[in-house]
Amino acid sequence: MLDLTRRSLIVGAASTGLAPTLLTSGLARAQGTPKRGGTLTTILTPEPPILVLGVNNQGPTTLAAGKLFQGLLEYSFKLEPMPLLAKSWSLSDDKKTYTFKLQDNVKFHDGHPLTADDVIFSITKFHTELSPRARPIFSKIKEATAPDPHTVILTLETPFDPFLLMFDVSACAIVAKHIYDGTEYRSNPANQHPIGTGPFQFVEWQRGNFVRMKRFDDYWMPGEPHLDEIIYRIIPDSQSRALALETGQVQLTQSNDIEPFDVPRFRAMPNLETELQGWEYASQISWIEVNHRVKPLDDVRVRQAISHALDRNFILSKLWFGIGKVATGPIASTTRFYDPHVAKLQAYDPNKAKELLDAAGLKPNAKGVRFTIKQLALPYGEVWTRLAEYFRTALGHVGIEVVLETNDAGAWAKRIGDWDYETSTNFLSQFGDPTLGVERSYISSNIKKITFTNTGGYNNPKVDHLFTTARESGDPAVRAEAFSEVQAILCEEVPQIWLMELAWPTIHDRKLHNVIRSAMGPNAAFGQVYFE
Amino acid sequence: MAPARLARLLAQRVVKIVAVVLAIAVTNFLLIHAAPGDPASVIAGESGAADPQLMAQLRAQFGLDQPLTTQLALYLNHVLHGDLGTSFRQGRPVAELILERLPATLLLTLTAFLFAIVTGITLGAMAAQRVGRIADSVITVLALGFYATPLFWVGLMLVLLFSVWLNWLPSFGMNTIAAGYTGWVAIADIGQHLILPALTLGLFYMAIYARLTRASMLEVASQDFVRTARAKGVPEGRILRRHVLRNALLPVVTFAGIQAGQLIGGSILVETVFAWPGIGRLAFDALLARDYQVLLGVFLCTSVLVVLFNLLTDLLYVMIDPRVQTP
Repeated sequence: MLDLTRRSLIVGAASTGLAPTLLTSGLARAQGTPKRGGTLTTILTPEPPILVLGVNNQGPTTLAAGKLFQGLLEYSFKLEPMPLLAKSWSLSDDKKTYTFKLQDNVKFHDGHPLTADDVIFSITKFHTELSPRARPIFSKIKEATAPDPHTVILTLETPFDPFLLMFDVSACAIVAKHIYDGTEYRSNPANQHPIGTGPFQFVEWQRGNFVRMKRFDDYWMPGEPHLDEIIYRIIPDSQSRALALETGQVQLTQSNDIEPFDVPRFRAMPNLETELQGWEYASQISWIEVNHRVKPLDDVRVRQAISHALDRNFILSKLWFGIGKVATGPIASTTRFYDPHVAKLQAYDPNKAKELLDAAGLKPNAKGVRFTIKQLALPYGEVWTRLAEYFRTALGHVGIEVVLETNDAGAWAKRIGDWDYETSTNFLSQFGDPTLGVERSYISSNIKKITFTNTGGYNNPKVDHLFTTARESGDPAVRAEAFSEVQAILCEEVPQIWLMELAWPTIHDRKLHNVIRSAMGPNAAFGQVYFE
Repeated sequence: MAPARLARLLAQRVVKIVAVVLAIAVTNFLLIHAAPGDPASVIAGESGAADPQLMAQLRAQFGLDQPLTTQLALYLNHVLHGDLGTSFRQGRPVAELILERLPATLLLTLTAFLFAIVTGITLGAMAAQRVGRIADSVITVLALGFYATPLFWVGLMLVLLFSVWLNWLPSFGMNTIAAGYTGWVAIADIGQHLILPALTLGLFYMAIYARLTRASMLEVASQDFVRTARAKGVPEGRILRRHVLRNALLPVVTFAGIQAGQLIGGSILVETVFAWPGIGRLAFDALLARDYQVLLGVFLCTSVLVVLFNLLTDLLYVMIDPRVQTP
C-alpha cells in the first residue's frame, strides 16, 4: 500500500511535466464564499534584513516577501506543481526543454507588465548570481528564449528530473528586469522598496516595529486578494508573541513564532485553529551533527550506538509536544523517493548501544565513562537547548560523557563551517527531492569549509556514486532505485544521527480562512486568505 | 564660578572627551572583530544554504576581505568625517538607522528615568522620615522586591495583569498601526503603549533611588549640623528639605548620572519583552548578526552620551554642593 503511494507519486510528478497542467487542485480550494476586506496582523521573527528574495533567502524573508513576490509555480501537499505565474508548462520528449506559458495581465507593483524577459532575467541572471541554491541548477540551462512575451523556453544541457521543483517563490522569485538588470543586485536601492507581482504591495517598514503591505489593486487573479492589508509585527520575545496571539492582537502565527511547549495550550483554545500541514516542500529533518574527523565518531559502531541511545519518541513527545514525526532516515517521508521499506533507523535500545561500544573497544573507566565528546548546542531557541540537554543525559546512560558548549548563531555557523566542533545539532530543508536537499550533506565532493555542506566529512564512494546516478538520470525509476539503495546504506552507516522530521504549527483565528493551501504553507502569497 | 574658569574647564574636558571617545571606538572595533563569526557566516547560517561564491561575494561587499588594520583605518577615517558607515545587512546608513530608533528609546527611557527619580526620591525620603515604622518597612520591602526581581519577569507579570486579565493596555509595540490616528489621539495611543514598558523599566530604577535616598538621608540626619539646625529651632520640614535631603542627594545624582548615560542602550530587555522598536534591540540584533557597523555606531553614540553625562554630573555636583572643587 505504502509502496503504491510512493510509486504513484513518482509517476504523478513525472507526468505533470509532460502534459500541460490545469491541476488547480480542487482539493485545495476551500468552501465558503470569501469576503473582501480586513487587516491581518501577524508576526515576523526574527526580523529579516531585506525583503527581496534572492538578495536574502532567510525563512522570515520568504514569509513576508512571499506576499510581494511570486514564483512560476507552487506545489500541492504531495509536491505536484501547481500553476502560479506560469499558467501551464510542458516538457519535451528528450526531457531537456521546458516550455512555460505565463499568465496574462500580470503587472508589477510599479505598473510594468510582466513579460518573458523578466522571467528569463530572474532565472538566468538574478538568482544564478545571488543564490547558492539556484546557482548549480540554473547553470544547467543551455539556452533560454522567449518566442513571445508570454512564453519562456528553457533548454537544459542534460535532463534534470527535479527541475520543476525549483520554481516556487523561495527558490526563484520573479523580479523586474527593468529594475535590476545592469545594477549591483545586492545594493540596488529598490531593495528598500520591493516591487514584485504578488497580491500585496509593500507600503512601509519601520525597522524593529512592523512591515505593512496593502492590497495590490491590479493583481492578475480576478477578485483577489481578499484582505485589505497585512501587517507583520516584529516581536522578538517568544512569551510576548504567545501573549499577542492569546489576546487576539495578532490573528496568525507560524514557523517558530510559538515555542513548542506553548502549542498544546493554543491547540486547546476554541477560537484558534492549529494546522500542521504546509511544510512539505521544506520538509526539514533535524539531526545530531557528527564530525567524522573526531575519534571515535568515525567508527560506524559508535554512531550506531549513539543512534540506539536516543529515544526519538521521547524527543517528539516531550520536547516537541507531538509536533512533527520521528525521522526514519536521511530523507523525510514527505519528500519524493522516500522509501519506507529501507528507511529504518536504530531502535531505542541502550543495552544494544553499550554492546556496540564494547565491541568498538570503548570500555567504561572507573567512573563508568567510555569517552567524552562535546556538543555544540544549536542557538536557535529554547527547544534546541533542551534537546542538547537530553542528548547529554541519554548518552550519559550508555557511558558517553557529553560536555555542552553554547554559542550565539554567528559563532555557531562559523564553527560548523570551520569543522571546529565534535558534535552539534542541525536541521536542513529538503526542497522536495533528495538531489536538491539531501545529497549535499553526504557526498564527498561537497566536503567544504562552509556551513550546510558535508561539514561532517562523511566519505563513501558507493554513496557518491548512487547520488550521482540519481542526479544525472532523467528516468524517475532509475532515480528511485538509486535513492532506495542510498537510503539503506545511510541508515546503516548513520553518517549523521537523524532525529525528527520537523513541522511547524500555523495557529490562526478560526475566522481566518484559506491560510494553508499548499506545501508552501504560510509562505504562500495569501491572495485567497479572507476573514469571515 | 567665574565664566573664564568654566570655559577653560569645559575646553579641557572636551579635549579629553574626544580622546576618550576615539580610544573607545578603536577598542570597540577590535573587540567586535574578536568575536567568532562574521556577517557573511551569519547570513549563510540563516539562509540554510551556502557556497564559496556567496561567502566571497558577501565578504567583498562588506569589505571584510581587507586586512583588519585597513578596515580599522577606513572606519576611523569615516568616523572622523562624521560618517558611521552602512549596515551590512540592511544596506542603509547607520546614522539613519540610529536616528530612526532614537526617539522611541528616548521616550521610553526618559519617561522611566523621570518616573524613577521622582517616585524613588519621594519614597526614599518618606521612608527615612518614618524610619522603623510601618510605612518605612513597606517601602523598604517593595524597593527590595523590585530591585531583586528580573526586569523581564516584572514586565511579563504586568502584561498578564493589565493586558490579558484586565484587557486595559496593549501588551507590545509602540502604536496601533494603520489606525489612521492623528493629533491627540495618536499621542494618547502611544501613551497607552508606553505605560507598561516605562513602568517595568522605571520600577527597577525607582527601587535603587528609594534605597539610596533612604540610606543617604539617614546618614546625613545623624550629623551635627542637623542637630544644630534643630537646636536653632528651624522647622522640621525645612530641615528635611534644605539640610538633609540636599546633602543626601549627592549619591543619588551620581547614580542618576550613570543611569542617564545608559539612556540609549540600557533598555534592551524591556524593548525585547514589549517589542519596543528602540536602539537597544537594534544593537542586540546587530550583535547577533555581526552587523559590525551598526554595533559600532550604537556603541559610539552610547559612549559619547556617557562622557557627556559624566561632565554634566560633575557640573551638577558643584551646583548642589559648593564645597566640591572643580577639577
